[in-house]
Amino acid sequence: MVCGKTKIKEWKGGIIIENLSEELMEELTVETSFTIPIFGGIAVAESVVATWGIMAVLLVASLVLTRNLQVRNLSKKQRILEVGVDWLYRFFEDIMGSHGRRYIPYLSAVAIYLAIANLIGLIGIKPPTKDLGVTAGLALMSIILIEYAGIHEKGVKNWLKGFAEPIPIIAPITVLEVFIKPLSLCMRLFGNVLGAFVVMELIKIIVPIIVPVPFSFYFDIFDGLIQAYVFVFLTSLFIREMVE
Amino acid sequence: MSTLLAIGAGIAVLTGIGAGIGIGIATGKAAEAIARQPEADGKISKALLLGCALAEATAIYGFVIALLVILFLK
Repeated sequence: MVCGKTKIKEWKGGIIIENLSEELMEELTVETSFTIPIFGGIAVAESVVATWGIMAVLLVASLVLTRNLQVRNLSKKQRILEVGVDWLYRFFEDIMGSHGRRYIPYLSAVAIYLAIANLIGLIGIKPPTKDLGVTAGLALMSIILIEYAGIHEKGVKNWLKGFAEPIPIIAPITVLEVFIKPLSLCMRLFGNVLGAFVVMELIKIIVPIIVPVPFSFYFDIFDGLIQAYVFVFLTSLFIREMVE
Repeated sequence: MSTLLAIGAGIAVLTGIGAGIGIGIATGKAAEAIARQPEADGKISKALLLGCALAEATAIYGFVIALLVILFLK
């Protein structure tokens, strides 16, 4: 009797874990939305298509918003735009100093893209940042920009010397940091977005109505924006480290 | 087997304890700092956010490991 009970319990737990892991696997696998029929078929992932969509929206928005800019008689649209751009510039310049001014457009673009990508789940599209490939690509771009900033500022020789600072014995660790920085950037973004998603799914399984709403505000909106902020914040912080 | 997997994933997620304590301490100190110097508000919250992001990373690593345990060891 007792033995049978525990067996049933274990079996139920097994089912839940099995379902959960299947669901997680489904979320982790990147679905191919279509295949380009050249070179034996190039698979285009769903996250890439979502990214194209975001790019198109941003492109159109930037074309529309920057039309008819004037020095005098500012329209309401232009004022809002200027406040936003000014805020971004001041935010990044505070972190990086005047030497990092040339990287601000890229960082702003990444910030806006990430913010939209993390929030896009609200309208039912799978967030591209839930694909490890997207976050890895962004992190790779970040580390290339960081090292480029160092080379541009100090020259190749001094950049190489920078690895042996402050004492040469820690050189292996500073070299290792080149790989750890993008890895942690990538994993932080991916883990946060996926983690928020998994927690939301679990909450929805336990209590399907009303309760998920406040949690959704935190996990879907607040967390997504914070992660976009943290990603560009850390990237610009690393850039400052290099250009100083 | 699945029970063991659940236990393993649970242990991996225990990294959250460290992150929680770290973020708690950081936020407490930040609140103290803002109370002492309200005009340095912006700088303090920036440093706080950076510290939280770094502290939180450990919890995220634990979470990723837990995911890997559940997904790839079954």
